[in-house]
Amino acid sequence: MIASWLRIFGLAGSALVLLGYLIFVYLPVGVLILYSFQDGSVPLPPFRGFSTRWYAEIFSDNRLMAAIWRSGLLAVSSAFLATVLAFGAAYAAVKSTGVNKAVLNWLMITPLTVSYLVLGLGLLLTLQWVGLSRSIWSLLMGHVVISIPISFLIISSQLGRYLETFERAAADLGASPLKTLVFVVAPISAPSLVASFFISLTTSWDEFVMAFLLTRFDTTLPVEIWAMLRRGLQPTTNAVGTLVFAVSLGTILILEVCWTLWNRQNKSAEMDR
Amino acid sequence: MLRRPLLFAVPAVVWMAVFFVAPFILLILFSFWRIEDQQLVREFGLQNYERILGQGPYAVSVLRSIQVALVSTLLSCLVAYPVAYLLAFKVQSRLARLFLVLALLPFWTSYLVRSYSWLLVLGQSGVVNTALLNTGLISEPLKIAYTKWATIIGFVHFFSMLMLVTIFAALVKIPKSYRLAAADLGASAVSTFVRVILPLSAPGLLTGAFLCFVLAIGDFATPQILGGGQEMLLSQTAMLFMQRNFDYTATAAASVIMMGLILIVYLVIGRWLRLERI
Repeated sequence: MIASWLRIFGLAGSALVLLGYLIFVYLPVGVLILYSFQDGSVPLPPFRGFSTRWYAEIFSDNRLMAAIWRSGLLAVSSAFLATVLAFGAAYAAVKSTGVNKAVLNWLMITPLTVSYLVLGLGLLLTLQWVGLSRSIWSLLMGHVVISIPISFLIISSQLGRYLETFERAAADLGASPLKTLVFVVAPISAPSLVASFFISLTTSWDEFVMAFLLTRFDTTLPVEIWAMLRRGLQPTTNAVGTLVFAVSLGTILILEVCWTLWNRQNKSAEMDR
Repeated sequence: MLRRPLLFAVPAVVWMAVFFVAPFILLILFSFWRIEDQQLVREFGLQNYERILGQGPYAVSVLRSIQVALVSTLLSCLVAYPVAYLLAFKVQSRLARLFLVLALLPFWTSYLVRSYSWLLVLGQSGVVNTALLNTGLISEPLKIAYTKWATIIGFVHFFSMLMLVTIFAALVKIPKSYRLAAADLGASAVSTFVRVILPLSAPGLLTGAFLCFVLAIGDFATPQILGGGQEMLLSQTAMLFMQRNFDYTATAAASVIMMGLILIVYLVIGRWLRLERI
């Protein structure tokens, strides 16, 4: 009897913990989305009614649109560069031993422990030292630096031991190391490459501190959002946040669908054999 | 043939050397120099460090940063662990993954906007205060926004999501046979947790916590948005030197101090960390 009561108690407690956490996580996001439709100038209770004029305002803000475009380009470029560089490094690391391997690992992973603020400042000082001015190009350099560590970790964790078999086969067929890397190893590592690309994409897209320090007129979206935040509590900020959320969600959904379709295609191909 | 593979790392190594190592060294150099009449004076001196760590308003920000970082990390672990535990052991695998996806969705809002939205919740006219006032539980709005507690809440919101994934991944790796064996040997649920599960999840837990600490020390945006200008953290002090005085040597010194703090923590818990296993 007591056992079943304890079980119900345990079940209820578990449900409470899980639900409670979800509420905590969604509270600010829910408030954000709700008040982006506020029919009033302040995104605070009470909710006065439904209005989409804040979204209209955003879309007519050219500066914001330009920043979004720049953020997107920057994200794709830095993600691409980081993935390619990390791939080469990961491959080298997996194949090397001893001191070489240790140094390489250290060099690729340590930036994870360095705050973006410090990295950004270092780059800013370097720019001044060399005499260059701030621009989105310096930001590109910085974003690649912060994206390489995670990409490196993801890719190297997926380069398995069976790799050598494929490499030897390729060598037997006369492929140079470079060709082997590009035409054999890369396709095998495709999932980890895609994953690292995606994570680097989101890292760059949302990154604020370095963008704030390193850009001046060619700002990115987070920097523009920061400027909006300086103006206090405004529904337009809510609208921007909600839009970014919606776009991110949409992208993930599309990726999920593609992934599922690709898997299904592969499975049916396997069954055909 | 075997030497060639190392060459593929050259682009990455060069990149890191130029855009990470060199700037870092430069930062350390700058921290010992000073600005006089808006000119850089390249003489070695400890004036910046004295200014920040010595008597004055800035030393407090260093302590406060440590405090906020530690509290936020600890709270995030305390919040995330039970959830991760339930998901890993008490909930069906499919449902657990669905929950994880749901719980992580808010991660996809802009980081800045997420912190901003806590202002809407915690502010004097925000959701929490309005609800409490309307139900009569309090007579005056609570001052939560623009204090270091708001910063902590903001951090915990973000870090708990990170810790949830990290701890869940660590727990899921523990073979079921271990738990069954513990039960066979007569261990209660609590005992199993303390002596089997917790130690096995410790490396993942500590690694995640370390990363949260690093993020908390270095973050400028969240404290600036949620913490206001009264109770400043070290990151805000660093930016202050640059924006108000254009004294980037002091900012450099503050950054080195930040890295020093992280280094100290790393040296303390380093042997339990497994950064490669993220």
